[in-house]
Amino acid sequence: MLLQQLTNGLTIGMIYALIALGYTMVYGILKIVNFAHGDIFMMGSFLGLFFMKELDLPLYLAFLLSAVVTSGIGILIERLAYRPLRMADRIVPLISALGVSTFLISLAQKLWGTEMRPFPTAFGSRTYTLGSITFSEIQILILILSFILMLGLHLFVTKTKTGTAMRATSMSLTNAALMGINTNRMISLAFGIGSALAACAGIMVGIYYNAVYPTMGYMAGINAFTAAVLGGIGSIPGAMLGGVLLGLVETLGGAYISTQYKSVISFAILIIVLLIRPSGILGKKDINKV
Amino acid sequence: MSLRKTTAVGAAAAVLIVLPLVLQQVNDYWMHIVIMIGIFSILSMSLNVIIGYAGQFALGHAAFYGIGAYSAALLMIHFQVSFWIALPAAAVIAGFFGFLLGTPVIRLRGDYLGIVTLGFGEIVRLIFVNWVDVTRGPMGLPGIPAPTLFGYTFSGKTEFYYLILALALLTFFVIHRIVHSGVGLSLMTLREDETLAQSIGIRPNKYKLLAFTVGAFFAGIAGAFWASYISFVSPDAFRYLDSVNILAMVILGGSASLPGSVLGAVILVLAPELLRYMSDYRMMLLGLAIVLMMIFKPTGFWGEKHRKYNFYGMVRKGEGK
Repeated sequence: MLLQQLTNGLTIGMIYALIALGYTMVYGILKIVNFAHGDIFMMGSFLGLFFMKELDLPLYLAFLLSAVVTSGIGILIERLAYRPLRMADRIVPLISALGVSTFLISLAQKLWGTEMRPFPTAFGSRTYTLGSITFSEIQILILILSFILMLGLHLFVTKTKTGTAMRATSMSLTNAALMGINTNRMISLAFGIGSALAACAGIMVGIYYNAVYPTMGYMAGINAFTAAVLGGIGSIPGAMLGGVLLGLVETLGGAYISTQYKSVISFAILIIVLLIRPSGILGKKDINKV
Repeated sequence: MSLRKTTAVGAAAAVLIVLPLVLQQVNDYWMHIVIMIGIFSILSMSLNVIIGYAGQFALGHAAFYGIGAYSAALLMIHFQVSFWIALPAAAVIAGFFGFLLGTPVIRLRGDYLGIVTLGFGEIVRLIFVNWVDVTRGPMGLPGIPAPTLFGYTFSGKTEFYYLILALALLTFFVIHRIVHSGVGLSLMTLREDETLAQSIGIRPNKYKLLAFTVGAFFAGIAGAFWASYISFVSPDAFRYLDSVNILAMVILGGSASLPGSVLGAVILVLAPELLRYMSDYRMMLLGLAIVLMMIFKPTGFWGEKHRKYNFYGMVRKGEGK
């Protein structure tokens, strides 16, 4: 029972982690919360559905194409809605993000309707048993694919030149620019990667719960954001850790304390963590200079 | 008051008093819209105290609105309390929750404060949904009585209109007095530079708590009115999106400006109605309009003109310093 709950928690935690990475990468560089990120995740899910249902493409192509198109959407949003506001008060891009969020939700409603849509795939229904734990096919896919994506991101950020440039940009936008890094390209890259990861998460959630709908980005977005803050917003390993932790806490809390209050439990933990350690578990401490 | 200002206020007062007589001729529905503008004006003005004047980025204002509505509803249904007692009681309860939330969270800054208040808002909504014994969960509480005055029951939209007008004016007056006093100056000093404020003897925690309590108090008034007006409360009216909507009103109208908050409420309540003929596209247009507004006029329609520093009163991280 406990092992099974841990597996379920890990599965949903990996999804949260994938979405949280998008929040954290953007925050790391621009210090803004991209409140439209949950809706980018939703667009990714719908695009995956579109490629599979309307164009009859296989699952892996749906993942690939949805990730590409969604990262394009993410980059476009940054260009149009956030870049002109780079110098403004911090709250201004936030409101702009809320505008983008409204736009994306109503765009999805216009294009695909408001009702829940199932994912047209037989994939994911088979189950395997390992000792006392039952894995469904989709759970295995989520665990493996999320792991590969996160490992890939980690290697990209730590081992490649572009990744180093991206980390430099997140340390200091000004200094990175002085070192000859094209910071605008790094920002676009952060949005692109974050959106692509969100798209993959979107398709996996769509298959896992067998439901895609225009407002699905809201709760997933809030949870992922919570995960990012829990792990320390701005920190890539922090987002991964925060996502997995949140998934585990939520699932265990749901199983052993109360199903209805499982979100309350995760929010309460978030609040407690922030009060004790405002920068999150792995976040850098904010030093406030006069 | 200059002659021009007196004339403007007089004209506005005349319009506000005559408005229902005209609107009644057109359509009852428009009366409802105007009443909603009144409710959201109170909400955006009260949030403005926290965001615009104290500079605390709070995202869960719908929670206080909801606490006010549920408190008033429960008092009136279960304890047969009159509306005129339930309203201030609900406001006090909401204000108390503002104080309660404020106490631990005022140490947090900026986005962290935002996420914690957002989390608080969600927790409150989830409690409304799940505490079925008291709130009846998603089914909501029906049959909240309308206010009565000397045996006369408020039944029509016109009566409610004058009531919300009075409440909105009261809110405007009280908040105006607060923010234009020494307290208001302290709040604004705190907003611009907390360290500086501390160095000249302003206690940040005291004033931040005050802002939270006052903001929550007036949101509670709006909630109590809403409960009695619709005679039904359910968790649906107090979602995160409603908090966001109130926040957008404050920013669109102009933070640290009370007329701006009212204007923001007018715009964001009217816009979806006026765009109704575009049906499918109206929310898309609204989203687009908000983005464009932030790009071209980020201080809002009626914001402070003298603002030199940004919202948190500090240079943004990663730029300069």
